[in-house]
Amino acid sequence: MAGYFELFWSFFKIGSFTLGGGFAMIPLMEKELVQQKQWLSKEEFLDLLSVSQAMPGVFAVNMATSIGYRLRGKAGAIMSVLGNILMPILTILLLAVFIRYFRDIPMVEDIFKGIRPCVVALIAAPVFTMAKNAGLNWRNCWIPILAAVLIWLLGVSPVLIIIIAGLGGFLYGRFINKKEAAA
Amino acid sequence: MIFWKLFYTFCKIGTFNFGGGYAMIALIQDEVVEKQAWMTVQEFTDIVAVSQMTPGPIGINVATYAGYTAVVNAGYDPWIGVAGAFLASFSVILIPFILMLLLARYLMRHKDNKNLNNIFSILRITVLGLIAAAALQLATPTNFGSWSESPLQLCLSLAIFLTVFLLALKKKISPILLILLSGVIGGIVYGVR
Repeated sequence: MAGYFELFWSFFKIGSFTLGGGFAMIPLMEKELVQQKQWLSKEEFLDLLSVSQAMPGVFAVNMATSIGYRLRGKAGAIMSVLGNILMPILTILLLAVFIRYFRDIPMVEDIFKGIRPCVVALIAAPVFTMAKNAGLNWRNCWIPILAAVLIWLLGVSPVLIIIIAGLGGFLYGRFINKKEAAA
Repeated sequence: MIFWKLFYTFCKIGTFNFGGGYAMIALIQDEVVEKQAWMTVQEFTDIVAVSQMTPGPIGINVATYAGYTAVVNAGYDPWIGVAGAFLASFSVILIPFILMLLLARYLMRHKDNKNLNNIFSILRITVLGLIAAAALQLATPTNFGSWSESPLQLCLSLAIFLTVFLLALKKKISPILLILLSGVIGGIVYGVR
């Protein structure tokens, strides 16, 4: 049985040593929680993973919440989430304070001038690398294009776009895709 | 009151993010740069850069750093900025955390629910548009340089953008390495000029 501190410590390790975002945590979580501690079976882990992906928010934090809750209830969920985000928050805060302090040095601004176009490219690339897994094709590609144009040129809120898209998906399945499924 | 706005804004961002870290960058950018004007496009871009190089979920890192910057930019003491950072990261996970506790069991039983699957099939492709819009909104003269003011910066920026974009598409190169290299190039080229 997982103790509260043990849960905290496991997620602390996972959160502290993963670079590259939430999805990079999956193999570490699997190794720590399924193989080493054997708190969860492989099937349970995959079930919690799919639920965490379906829920809004930050994927890694959702994983910590669902696993902590499954093992030790609400307090377990809180301990797991705290463990998972403590180190990342402290690290980024330290850098935030540090960078602000050295902002006025010309060298720092020169370095960031080189980094900014790189960051824009790193945000643009996933649009294309994620497209295949998202199920993008010639028939539905008008949806993301319309969404991008509405946000970019008309200043429509992305939150509104998400609500409309979710509603659209629900209605599409209810009234249009229904026939296809029956046929 | 900036703290109340920070709480409300990041609660909203957490609640409506259905597409992972990059989609969350898009939502945060729309709120903190376009709507609330808590920081400049450049400041936000720098925040994303640093957030990709430190451990942890990118959404948490960006929220923490953006919360700090918003409060300090509003004229508060850096220590109050630290409180803003904790508030932003707390707010961004609050609603999903509660939803998870309430709905996890239900969702486990209804994993193959047809309505849910339909909703997510549309959300998954819509999110691509959100991320594209964020990239377009960050591709500004302040981030890339302009032809009239600094042709050197514009040319170098376009070169870095295209190289990184193609490398990120074709090969699995660590974003951290690409950010570090771009920083070194910037430091050298703009430094010796």
